[in-house]
Amino acid sequence: MAEAAKKKNLDGAPVIDFDKFRPTRSSENARKRKDYFMTGLIGLSFVIACIPLISVLWTTLVNGFKRLNLNFLSYNMTGVVGGNPTPSGGYGGVLHAIIGTLEITGGAMLISIPIGIMCAVYLVEYAHGGKLAMTISLLVDVMSGIPSIVAGLFAFSMFTIVFGPGTINGFEGSVALSLLMLPTVVKSCEEMLKIVPNDLREASLALGVTKQRTITKIVLRTALPGIVSGCILAIARVIGETAPLLMTAGYIASTNVNLFSGQMTTLPVYVYQEYSKLNANCPVNADASCVPTIPMERSWAAALVLIIIVLLLNLIGRVVAKVFAVKTER
Amino acid sequence: MSSQQDKSVMQPAGGKTADKVFRGVAYACGILILVVLAAVFLFLFFRAWPLIGGDQKANSDTISSFTGGATNNFWGYVLPLLFGTVLVSILALLIAFFISIGIALFISHYAPKNIATALSYVVDLLAAIPSVIYGLWGGLILVPAIYPFWNWVSTYLGWIPLFAGPAANPQRTVGTVAVVLAVMILPIITSMSRDIFLQTPTLQQEAAYGLGATKWEMIKLAVIPFGKSGIVSASMLALGRALGETMAVLMILSPGLTYSIKLLQASQNQTIAANIAAQYPEANDLGVSALIGTGLILFLITFVVNFAARKITEKASV
Amino acid sequence: MGQRIDVNHENIYYGDFLAVEDVNINIEANKVTAFIGPSGCGKSTVLRTLDRMHELIPGAHVEGEVLLEGKNLYDKDVDPVSVRRDVGMVFQRPNPFPTMSIRENVLAGVRLNNKHISKSDADDLVEWALRGANLWNEVKDRLDNPGIGLSGGQQQRLCIARAVAVHPQVVLMDEPCSALDPISTLAVEDLINELKSDYTIVIVTHNMQQAARIADYTAFFNLKAVGQPGHLEYFADTTTMFNNPQNAEAERYISGRFG
Repeated sequence: MAEAAKKKNLDGAPVIDFDKFRPTRSSENARKRKDYFMTGLIGLSFVIACIPLISVLWTTLVNGFKRLNLNFLSYNMTGVVGGNPTPSGGYGGVLHAIIGTLEITGGAMLISIPIGIMCAVYLVEYAHGGKLAMTISLLVDVMSGIPSIVAGLFAFSMFTIVFGPGTINGFEGSVALSLLMLPTVVKSCEEMLKIVPNDLREASLALGVTKQRTITKIVLRTALPGIVSGCILAIARVIGETAPLLMTAGYIASTNVNLFSGQMTTLPVYVYQEYSKLNANCPVNADASCVPTIPMERSWAAALVLIIIVLLLNLIGRVVAKVFAVKTER
Repeated sequence: MSSQQDKSVMQPAGGKTADKVFRGVAYACGILILVVLAAVFLFLFFRAWPLIGGDQKANSDTISSFTGGATNNFWGYVLPLLFGTVLVSILALLIAFFISIGIALFISHYAPKNIATALSYVVDLLAAIPSVIYGLWGGLILVPAIYPFWNWVSTYLGWIPLFAGPAANPQRTVGTVAVVLAVMILPIITSMSRDIFLQTPTLQQEAAYGLGATKWEMIKLAVIPFGKSGIVSASMLALGRALGETMAVLMILSPGLTYSIKLLQASQNQTIAANIAAQYPEANDLGVSALIGTGLILFLITFVVNFAARKITEKASV
Repeated sequence: MGQRIDVNHENIYYGDFLAVEDVNINIEANKVTAFIGPSGCGKSTVLRTLDRMHELIPGAHVEGEVLLEGKNLYDKDVDPVSVRRDVGMVFQRPNPFPTMSIRENVLAGVRLNNKHISKSDADDLVEWALRGANLWNEVKDRLDNPGIGLSGGQQQRLCIARAVAVHPQVVLMDEPCSALDPISTLAVEDLINELKSDYTIVIVTHNMQQAARIADYTAFFNLKAVGQPGHLEYFADTTTMFNNPQNAEAERYISGRFG
C-alpha cells in the first residue's frame, strides 16, 4: 500500500510510466506475423474445402459419363445376368429407379407440403407467439435433426404394427421421407409468411374479408414464390435420402409403378446396391462384351443422374425465389 | 375492432364456416407436429418392446448371433456402438470445426463481395450433394487416395495411441470416415457461422480497429465474442447430423464392436445408424426389435443434442 | 503531449466517387478543433481519414497527404495499425466490448501489444484512464461488471478511457454526444476540455452550440449540391467563426438559414 501511495500525485491518480506499455519492435512484428499467419490459415481453409467438392463433382462426372446414355435411362435391371450385355445392347439401367424416386418423393410431397404450410400458417397467423406455438416451433427445429435412419425405422415400425409384419411398399418410403421433409417445409414457409407486410393483412381484414380468405388469397399468394422455392429445396434434400428407403421401400430389379404395393427402387438405393455388388461374374470364356466392373460403372452413372437432379432442383428453387419474388416496399 | 363487426354484417354465413374450418385445420396441423414426434417415439418403443418384455432367452440368442457370441446382453451390444458413433462424430466435428470457422470468416471478412457470394454458393452446393454420393466417393476415391497420408501419420505419429499403426490398407477406418463426415457437416457450421459473423455490429469492429488492432485481433475482439453462441449451436447441430449419418459410414467403414480408439486400423468400431442398415436385411423379427432399440437410443441422443443446440440459439437471440 | 496534424490537398474517394475534395487544414497540437457542416458534407469522412479508418470500407481510398507531426500517415511504409494506436477514436454511439468487464474494456488496447501486464501495472493504468475519463468514482467498486451495464453517458466515457489508455497523441471524436442525454453530454464536454492539455482533439459535431462551447478552432464543411463532393469551406478560430465569420456560406449556416 505504501509503495502504491508513493506513486500517486496530488489528486490521487496514479502516475503511469507509459514507456512500460510502449510496443517494442519485436512485439509489433510478432503481431504482424500472427495477422499474416491467420490470414493464410483462413485462406487455406477455403482451399481445403474446395478439394473434396471438386473431387466429388469431377469423379462423379468422369466416371458417371461412361455409362450414362439413353439405353441406361430407358431400361430397368430385369434380364441382367452378370456382366453380360442385355438383348437391348445395354447393361441394365435406372428407369425403374427414376420412376420409384419420382413416385416416392411425390408421395412425400403430397403429405408434407400441405401439412407443413398449414402448420406455418398456424404458427404465424393464429398462434401469436403463445406457449404452444413456441413449443411447436422449437420441436420443428429439433425434428429437422432427426437422423434419416430413425425416420425409416419409424415408418417401418408404424407399417408393421398397423398393416402387419413384412409390409414393404413405396408409400412407406414416402411416409419416412415426409417426416424428414416436414420441418424444412415448415421452417421455410414460416420465414416467408413472416416477411409478408402486416399492412396487407390489415388492409384486407379492414375490407371485411374473412381471415381464411385473407390468408389464402393475400398472405399465401404474396408468399407463394418463397414457399415454392422452399418446398423445392426441401425436395432436393430428401430426394437423395438412402437409408430410410432401404428398410421401407426395399429394392427390386423390375419396374413397379404401384406406390401402395410391392417393393420399389429409388436412385440413391440403386447407387448403394450396385456399389455393394462390387463385381459382376463373367464366364471364363467370355468375350470383351462382358464387363466385370459394370456394377461400379452403373453406380457412378446413377450417382451422376442423381447429382444432376439434385443440382437442377436447387437451381430451380433459387431461380423461383429470385424471379417470382413479389416486390414489396419495405 | 370495428372491422370484425363489419365482417359479421357483410359476410354470408358460409364465409364464417370456412373461416372456422380453416382455423381448425391450421391448429390441427400445428398440433400434428407434437403428435408426430410422440408417434416416432411410441412406435419405436412398441416395436422395441419385445427386447424388454419378451422372452429374455430368445433376446440373448439374437444378440449373441449379431455379435458373434461376444455378448448376449442388449447394453453390451449397444454401448460399443454408441462409443463408435460418438467417436466418429466428435472426430468429424474436430476436423470440420476449424476449417468451417475459417471459411466463414473468409466469406464474411476477407473475401471481396463478389467472391464471397460465389463461395456461399459453393458451400450450399456441398450441402446439397446426397450422402450416398459422399459414400460412393469416400469408398472408391478417398479410401485409396488417403492411405499414403494415414500411413505417414501412423509411421511418424504412431506413438500417439490414436494413430497407432500399422495403418490398414484399404483405409476403411474410423479416421477416413471422420474425414468424409467432416466434409458433410462442414456446410452446416460454415453457413450458420457466416450468417452470424456478418451480423457483427460495425461499431464493435470499428472500436477494435480504432484501438490499433490488426484484422485478426479485431476478429478476436469483436467478431468471435459476438458469434460465440452461434458457433456453439451450429457445432451441435452439425454433431447431431454426424451422429445420425448412415450411408457414408456404411459404405466406407469396415465395422467392429470394440471400445478401441485406434483410428487407423480396420474393424475397430461401428456406428448405430450404419449398424442398423447393415444388419437389418438379415435380421429376424427379434433382431429387428434389437436394432430398433438401438435406433431409439440414437433418436434420444440426437434429440437431446439438437434440443440443446436450439436452446442455445434461442437464448442468444433474446 | 499532443501532436499537430496538417492535411494537404486531400481527396477522399468511395470507389470511383469523389466524396470530399481538396481539403487543406492545419490542426494545432493540444487544442480542440471542431468540424461542423450540413449532413453529407463529408466531415465524418475527413475525420476518419486522420486515423486511416476510412480505408476499411471496400474501395475507399485517399489522395494527398495527412502529416502527423510532419510524418505522412499515407506513406507506403506506414502501417495503418500503428497509426490507429497513435490516433485514438471515439465513435458516434458508445461501443464498449459487450463481453468484457469495465476493467478489461479499458485494458483492451494495451493488451494487444503487451500480453503479460503485471496486475499492479494494469490496476494503475485502469485507475489512471478512468480518472482521466471522469469515471473512476462512479465505477471503482464494480470494475469487474460488464461495461455494457453502464448508462449511455458512462459507456461513452468508458470508451474515451479505453481510447486514452493506449496513450495516443490525438483523439478523434465522431459526434460523441449524439446518442447522449444533456447531462451526460455536459459530462463528456467537461472531459474534452480537460483532455486537451494532454491530447490534440478533433471532434465532429452536429451541434453548433457544442462547437462554440468546447472548440478552439472550427472548420466548416459544405457541399455545393447533393451528389457533389464536399469541401472545406471555411476554417477559423471559434470566436471568429461564431461572431464574425468572413465567409458568406458559413454565416448563413451558423445563423441557421440552412443545414
